[in-house]
Amino acid sequence: MNKPLTHLQRLEAEAIFIMREVVANFERPVMLYSIGKDSSVMLHLARKAFYPAPPPFPLLHVDTTWKFRDMITFRDETARKYDLKLIVHTNQEGRDQGINPFDHGSSHYTQVMKTQALKQALDLGRYDAAFGGARRDEEKSRAKERIFSFRSASHAWDPKNQRPELWSLFNTRVKPGESIRVFPLSNWTELDIWQYILSENIEIVPLYFAAERPVVQRSDQWIMVDDARMALQPGEKPEMRMVRFRTLGCYPLTAAIESEATTLETIVAEMFVARTSERQGRLIDHDETGSMELKKREGYF
Amino acid sequence: MDQTLDHTKAFAEFIAHSEGKSLLRFLTCGSVDDGKSTLIGRLLYDSKRLFEDQLATLEADSEKFGTTEGDIDFALLVDGLVAEREQGITIDVAYRYFATDQRRFIVADTPGHEQYTRNMATGASNSDLAVLLVDAQAGILTQTRRHAYIVSLLGIRHVILAVNKIDLIGFDEERFVDIRNEFAEFAKQFDFESIVTIPMSARYGDNVTDRSANTPWYGGPTLLEHLETVSVDENLSDKPFRFPVQWVNRPNADFRGYTGTVAEGTVEPGDRVVVARTGQAANISRIVTLDGDLDQAQAQTAVTLTLDAEIDASRGDILVAPEHRPEVSDQIAAHIIWMSEEELLPGRPYLLKSGTRTVGAAVSELKHQVDVESIKELAAKTLGLNDIGLVNLSLSEPIAFDLYDDNKTTGSFILIDRFTNATVAAGMIRFGLRRATNIHWQALNVNRDSRAALKGQKPCVLWFTGLSGAGKSTIANLVESKLHLMGRHTYMLDGDNIRHGLNRDLGFTDADRVENIRRVAETAKLFVDAGVIVLVSFISPFRSERRMAREMLDEGEFLEIFVDAPLAVVEERDPKGLYKKARAGEIQHFTGIDSPYEAPLEPDLLLDTTTADANALADQIVERLMKGGYLGAA
Repeated sequence: MNKPLTHLQRLEAEAIFIMREVVANFERPVMLYSIGKDSSVMLHLARKAFYPAPPPFPLLHVDTTWKFRDMITFRDETARKYDLKLIVHTNQEGRDQGINPFDHGSSHYTQVMKTQALKQALDLGRYDAAFGGARRDEEKSRAKERIFSFRSASHAWDPKNQRPELWSLFNTRVKPGESIRVFPLSNWTELDIWQYILSENIEIVPLYFAAERPVVQRSDQWIMVDDARMALQPGEKPEMRMVRFRTLGCYPLTAAIESEATTLETIVAEMFVARTSERQGRLIDHDETGSMELKKREGYF
Repeated sequence: MDQTLDHTKAFAEFIAHSEGKSLLRFLTCGSVDDGKSTLIGRLLYDSKRLFEDQLATLEADSEKFGTTEGDIDFALLVDGLVAEREQGITIDVAYRYFATDQRRFIVADTPGHEQYTRNMATGASNSDLAVLLVDAQAGILTQTRRHAYIVSLLGIRHVILAVNKIDLIGFDEERFVDIRNEFAEFAKQFDFESIVTIPMSARYGDNVTDRSANTPWYGGPTLLEHLETVSVDENLSDKPFRFPVQWVNRPNADFRGYTGTVAEGTVEPGDRVVVARTGQAANISRIVTLDGDLDQAQAQTAVTLTLDAEIDASRGDILVAPEHRPEVSDQIAAHIIWMSEEELLPGRPYLLKSGTRTVGAAVSELKHQVDVESIKELAAKTLGLNDIGLVNLSLSEPIAFDLYDDNKTTGSFILIDRFTNATVAAGMIRFGLRRATNIHWQALNVNRDSRAALKGQKPCVLWFTGLSGAGKSTIANLVESKLHLMGRHTYMLDGDNIRHGLNRDLGFTDADRVENIRRVAETAKLFVDAGVIVLVSFISPFRSERRMAREMLDEGEFLEIFVDAPLAVVEERDPKGLYKKARAGEIQHFTGIDSPYEAPLEPDLLLDTTTADANALADQIVERLMKGGYLGAA
């Protein structure tokens, strides 16, 4: 008699199954690579799913030009190390207009440099399936998102008209121009992610580990001054603090938490007693109640 | 630092606990106001899965949207979409996650609202256990019975009957026992492995995670105790080996690996396996993973297998244990749950996806509908949204399968609409229709090619479609006359010789129209087999049926000719006075008036009847046939 699989083994097997369904059914899959810990896990699972072949799809990074510098270094190193095709896309129009998170508000900035940029990149590559690292436990409206989430030719998501998903029978059929967003980590929680990173020894961006970093305090949150473009408000003065990040994005929009956790073990231990959920660190969700759902309808990941 | 030390210690304990933590997937179902969402919110809250910011949002939202007068409204934690919050009902399946020291849980929160039965089935398909909520004040309702039936239909073996709002009946033991007994009696027919009935208040937390002082007469487990300890493992690894091939991995000429997830059973290098559909056999060479080769792979693990012999296997095939082979047939009987607004039409071609295989499928017979209120069998001609029925399915090619009760992976399927790509039904295979495996096509020496050669032509179907009065028959008649003069062998199928004979039993409902076209197409196919050029002149309003006809024939044997005339024009012509009658309501289901016409998107020939006369249009067709080589050497 075999021991029943542990929950991590089952989650891993499910994610691998999902990835193989995509590669077997779609012409032009792509993996949205955000450089965060979820992307690291997703890439690791992709390497498992297709071994000994490399993942048979490119990675796509939508670069807002405001990512932490450490993220970009990590991204390029990872692509080199595993010999992956990496596509980096920036909304050139937005960049030309100088759209930035300081002068244009997080909502407009996100719309132009993330949502629009993503649509541009997907159209440009004519991708019919795009992997995303979103998890259902991240936010309420995501709890109802399908694993294979259908998008119209204009990338819109219609929460009232989703395909039912039964067993592991995913309906992968799309018409030309339409696409599917695929979320292999749908059933994972933040804790699962960390535990898996730990047990599989997966590399992640150093920003997840606590270190002395220059930060300023804004509306009760610590914001890191990652480069000279950071517009300081009157009275703000960067100070060195022992901080780490639970989630990574554009540095002006991503809050750090004070922490002494410098190893994976201590991060997971902190998680174990954590009392603040991770999206708290993402300023864009605080615009209004239900804001994630609105963004998703417009095509945000 | 003390804090770090604490963390390290906490971590060590945490990892020790987490090793071997199993996963339980369950769903909650109940009527609209039974308090499902409140219960899940309570479980998240009590198992300390809520973070401070989520709590703060919850408190703010409770004041804004809450229905609990000042208390925390736990339902708001799980009612995600904006529309739902405003309407105060749950409208889709939502998945929730929490863990205790014993187990990790995935909860499917499924709506009780009548029209969303399909969502309940969706949640049930991946669950090991169901929590059925009843309102203690209301007792067992039709909804409860319906949910118990669907849960059993989807193969769930373990049920918790949560008698909720027990506070509102004053924690009355007698009433509780009545409800428990009533359900137990009703559920006998479903043969559940375990039914545990718990008196509960989700709002106040009685017997959810903590034993309630208000129910001293109750000696059973709390909800969470039972969820943490119930054994649902069927031991899939002890069952016969089943491995649906997902994708063949060929990174180079030296490696050919079959990727997939072991559905049931275990596999080791050296094991003999066969391809279920063809019986080809080989031995397992290696079980390949990124972490190194394995000595054994058990059920539910995703692996890559290599074989010691070259066999013909690809995506859609199932590798199985030779001594326990699944059935192979192109005719199956199955329960289906209809999930589309557009009703089931027997005879209409759909796609069937089972495991990793997708084939064409049509319902050849609707045996009965199941009335979920009474769980009785009713005669039916079609199934609508949320209806459940037992059907015979005819597949375009044989598939390998198990019965759903034996194997959920190889015994389940979905049906997909070929045009909208919507998932229209979920199915559970009940048995294979064995006679199908005994029908073998007779291989005859005189065949279609020899018959066609004798006639010096390439047989085909000229399928004229268009509104009544567009000129289909007129043009088809002219074409036939011209071909006849050229010494070609033709036959015309039209409403007059088919509707009055072969199809005299059919009316004009959507279902009958589908069957009408199916018979016409089959008849046309026989004529093509006989080497004849067949002219079919039928309104044939639906794209899917025209496509079905096309797919019954070989490439190039089907020419769709769209005789195009705007409705205003044909209504003006009205050669048989039918439009006038239809407008007056004397004829029902008249195409163009109260029944739709779906114009061809890419016809082989488009005839515009407003710019050319019938004779010129007929010449166009003959010319097309000559160019296409259908008329042989003239």
